[in-house]
Amino acid sequence: MHPATTSRHADPALVARLEEIAGRMRVDIIEMLARAGSGHPGGSLSVIDMVTALYFHVLKHDPKNPGWAERDRFVLSKGHAVPAVYAVMAEAGYIAKEELATLRQLGSRLQGHPVASFVHAPGVEANTGSLGQGLSVAQGMALAAKLDGASWRTYCILGDGEMQEGQIWEALMSAPKFRLDNLTAILDYNKGQIDGPTNEVMNLEPLEEKLAAFNWHVIRIDGHDIGQFLDAIEEARATTGKPTFIIADTVKGKGVSFMEGRIEWHGAAPNAEQTKQALAELARR
Amino acid sequence: MPAAAAEERAPAESEISMSNKATRQAFGEALAALGESHKDIVVLDADLSKSTKSELFARKFPDRFFEMGIAEANMLGTAAGLALSGKVPFCCSFAAFVTGRYDQIRISVAYSEANVKIVGTHAGVAIGDDGYSQQGLEDIALMRALPTMTVVQPADDLETAAAVKWLAEHEGPVFLRLTRQNVPRVHAEGYQFQFGKVDTLREGTDAVIFASGGTVAPALEAAAALEKEGISLRVVNVHTIKPLDVEGVVAAVQASGNLAISAEDHTVIGGLGGAIAEALSANHPARLLRIRVQDVFGESGSPEDLLAKHGLDAAGIARQVRAFVRG
Repeated sequence: MHPATTSRHADPALVARLEEIAGRMRVDIIEMLARAGSGHPGGSLSVIDMVTALYFHVLKHDPKNPGWAERDRFVLSKGHAVPAVYAVMAEAGYIAKEELATLRQLGSRLQGHPVASFVHAPGVEANTGSLGQGLSVAQGMALAAKLDGASWRTYCILGDGEMQEGQIWEALMSAPKFRLDNLTAILDYNKGQIDGPTNEVMNLEPLEEKLAAFNWHVIRIDGHDIGQFLDAIEEARATTGKPTFIIADTVKGKGVSFMEGRIEWHGAAPNAEQTKQALAELARR
Repeated sequence: MPAAAAEERAPAESEISMSNKATRQAFGEALAALGESHKDIVVLDADLSKSTKSELFARKFPDRFFEMGIAEANMLGTAAGLALSGKVPFCCSFAAFVTGRYDQIRISVAYSEANVKIVGTHAGVAIGDDGYSQQGLEDIALMRALPTMTVVQPADDLETAAAVKWLAEHEGPVFLRLTRQNVPRVHAEGYQFQFGKVDTLREGTDAVIFASGGTVAPALEAAAALEKEGISLRVVNVHTIKPLDVEGVVAAVQASGNLAISAEDHTVIGGLGGAIAEALSANHPARLLRIRVQDVFGESGSPEDLLAKHGLDAAGIARQVRAFVRG
């Protein structure tokens, strides 16, 4: 999908494999949302490259043993992007591919926002959807690992809009206090939220400076460059004494030309014609 | 949120004469004792550990205590994460502040099925001088409204210790409501806490009063005074407000002339009185007098003056029960 990785370290064959999976995940996301008739394509497509890399390379987890106590934890704080998680869960074997067709239907396990109860697995570790809460929950998980001397790590994906919630900044203040170097926050910085561009609704910048001032180790990458993402994850793992915050610049709706960078695709499903066009584009990539 | 400077002052003489121990104190002692055998217990506080008495645990188990600063929302979310990773977190603050972070309790705790024990101290107008902002007055209503949430309010030190042990061993979110003020012991040594069951403290046939937490002792005192006037008042302690022991409530009302009274330091909407009203209207319609704080804000004043103003002291309870029974 990307002509060349800018990674310094990641194996090009690995990156190519993850890109290939992410491409197929985009198809699953579009089909899922089209069938459901509602949902959030913009943020699901902006985050899917990183979610794919997490699921198929970074995270220690076992689809045959979802509740495995030693699994890495992954909290999707921006819960509205959960179709991205359902897609990788089906690909990994946690759920059947056919179940994706039940998204948002009455009686489905695939709720419109993540629920932890149906299976304990990365991506659905906690119920999210009311924005701003996931980083605190992830912090609690990281604290538990520290208490137990466990080696598993905790990852939390945030949306840029939810960075406006005060609770996020409470957690940004507390995680360095507890020296949670086993906690990595990842911002899917797609620059858009429901009411408009993030920098107009409530500007986050200068973000790197703010996070550094809160005593996080800060890394900024292109969130669609899987090689860069894997490098950043390695850097986070090697960082001791403080948590790491990866600011990943992304494009809302990435991969579907008419959705890219367009706010109106934050929370609207494609109709039949748009779905056809989107799938045709994705097939060509 | 906290502005609890007044906390550090010595208890007023009137408080000492009222009783022997605040349930928050009994909580702190019980938790610190339990920490020994229950290694999964962790405790979080939001800059009020000296007031909630979680400091007793903190001193003994500093590695399992997390000072979260004045940031209750983050405290609740962090507790949820700890719980989802196998710990048993007790999350402590004033009831007003901690239940004020409703969305975090709703989503990160209750909906996430996180085994978090939410401890809210400083219940009701009985906290006195600090005024409304520090008084938990709608907290029971808020917590009762959440699916899976359990609400427990103990009446004395013995019941508090037993309830804390039950909380630590029960899987699921619980709201524990505690008093700032000292309360007299209403149980005998060896008291067996039975979760989910009403606790009859005094038999009576003319009417029954359901009380909880800090109003149990004044209800007993009122019953003793009324007996001299020929009114036989049954006194039932409702430590488990949710799930309510509907059978026990109905049986007590049937045995007491079908006249029911509730007494609580909480507003009229959605608290113990609300729970009793719901239970009776659906199962055994009976007249119900709700002795409570009206649908109003609290205010500053001495605990005694405030309790008297709202009719929640023994004299006020006796006066209202007398009028109700004779009326």
